[in-house]
Amino acid sequence: MQEAAISFQDVSMKRGEQQVLKQISGQFPQGKITTLVGPSGAGKSTLLKLCNGLLSPDEGSITILGNPLENWEPVELRTRVSMALQSAPMISGTVEENLTLPYALQGAEVDVDKMRRIIKEVGLDVDYLQRDSKDLSGGQRQKVSIARTLLMEPDILLLDEITSALDRASRQEVEELIQHIHKTFGTTIIWITHNLEQAGRIGHYTWVLMDGELVEQGESSLLEDPQNDRVRQFVRGDEA
Amino acid sequence: MTYGTLALTLIFVLIPLILSKTLRLDLEKDTVIATVRSIVQLIAVGYILKFVFDSDSYLYIFLMVLLMITAATLNVRKKGKTIPGITWKVAATLIFVEVLTQGILIGFQITPPTAQYVIPISGMVIGNSMVLAILFLNRFTSEIESHEDQIELILSLGGTPKQAIHTRLIQAIKTSMIPTIESQKTMGLVQLPGMMSGQIIAGADPIQAVQFQLLIVFLILTTAAVTSIALGFLSYPTLFNKQYQLLQEGRDK
Repeated sequence: MQEAAISFQDVSMKRGEQQVLKQISGQFPQGKITTLVGPSGAGKSTLLKLCNGLLSPDEGSITILGNPLENWEPVELRTRVSMALQSAPMISGTVEENLTLPYALQGAEVDVDKMRRIIKEVGLDVDYLQRDSKDLSGGQRQKVSIARTLLMEPDILLLDEITSALDRASRQEVEELIQHIHKTFGTTIIWITHNLEQAGRIGHYTWVLMDGELVEQGESSLLEDPQNDRVRQFVRGDEA
Repeated sequence: MTYGTLALTLIFVLIPLILSKTLRLDLEKDTVIATVRSIVQLIAVGYILKFVFDSDSYLYIFLMVLLMITAATLNVRKKGKTIPGITWKVAATLIFVEVLTQGILIGFQITPPTAQYVIPISGMVIGNSMVLAILFLNRFTSEIESHEDQIELILSLGGTPKQAIHTRLIQAIKTSMIPTIESQKTMGLVQLPGMMSGQIIAGADPIQAVQFQLLIVFLILTTAAVTSIALGFLSYPTLFNKQYQLLQEGRDK
């Protein structure tokens, strides 16, 4: 496996009384797409939030781009490790206001050319910039959400079930977009998905989480012939 | 009013009791408890006020105000359980509002520093501040719960806690102030305020009563604004930690 963009060492985490993650150890390789799969409540979203410091582990250590999580300044970490959320939340206002939100938060000057280039890059016309974000479809919201994270030119992109609420056509468009981003910018991508077929198709590597445990990790082809009994049952159940 | 006449006012308690019984509303027990409590509490307060007024001691005035602030704080803190350190934040807000309003009233010699003025006005200020604090906390906690994804979005894009909570905080402040502003718009048209009505019934000159009522109306406006803003700005930093993470009840320290 290649150099790690993010590595976990014996990471455990509780939320309330529930043990959400148990002794997770593994690496997300630099410049690759790693998919995170597992049943609902397996701890995937919690794990993703640990990757950009929206949460901190109770035990264990996390190293991000060579630095321990606790040494990162939160704002710098989150501009270098960006996250697109499942619900693609928008602030009220136009698409342009949503896209320039990262600039506004940093008090930086808006790079208009870059914004126009990226909106085209995600497959939307520049006319969309003046549209009210309330009028966007689910697929368009996700594209704007992804464009917003790309404006910060992150080293790592975290995607939390970004296609789960989309129809088949929109899902395919977003998948193609992520592959295009990966090829164009060489961004490391960590992608939570419920869809095992998508995980196998898009991901170079896959982590399988079950009940807070990392039960299997390796190249995405592992989903075709899992070694672990629980994973085999999960894959069979998902395919049924 | 004689005690005999006062006893006759119990007719107004009998009416809801009969209605509750007839319509099987099952409110008789609560109505009786509320009636007995209001009689006992108000009579006790009446005697305490008489004692404080007669003694003309600043210590007793201070103790009365302290009692009001303590009772109001204990009542409000139940609504903000999810906010760490809510008790002292509410207490600090109520003390600040009380000191500010009495400071202006006494400092500018608008009202004299006597028990007759300080205690009733403090009661109205602290009472309104308490209601505002409850309204604010209800709204603020529900704003956070229903917009957690937006707060997380701003944090995940490199925003600070202040930037992440700003819209929710402003919304909660505005919403908690709206009832005060709206009720003042219709004051005198839809309803005669309680204090003014009381003064007129007691034989005061209506113009004098109106002047005092205006004083209270303006005080309550300040109370509303200062309470929700002070409580908001005291509360929001404790919802986050140094790593700019949104803390959640029962999970994070």
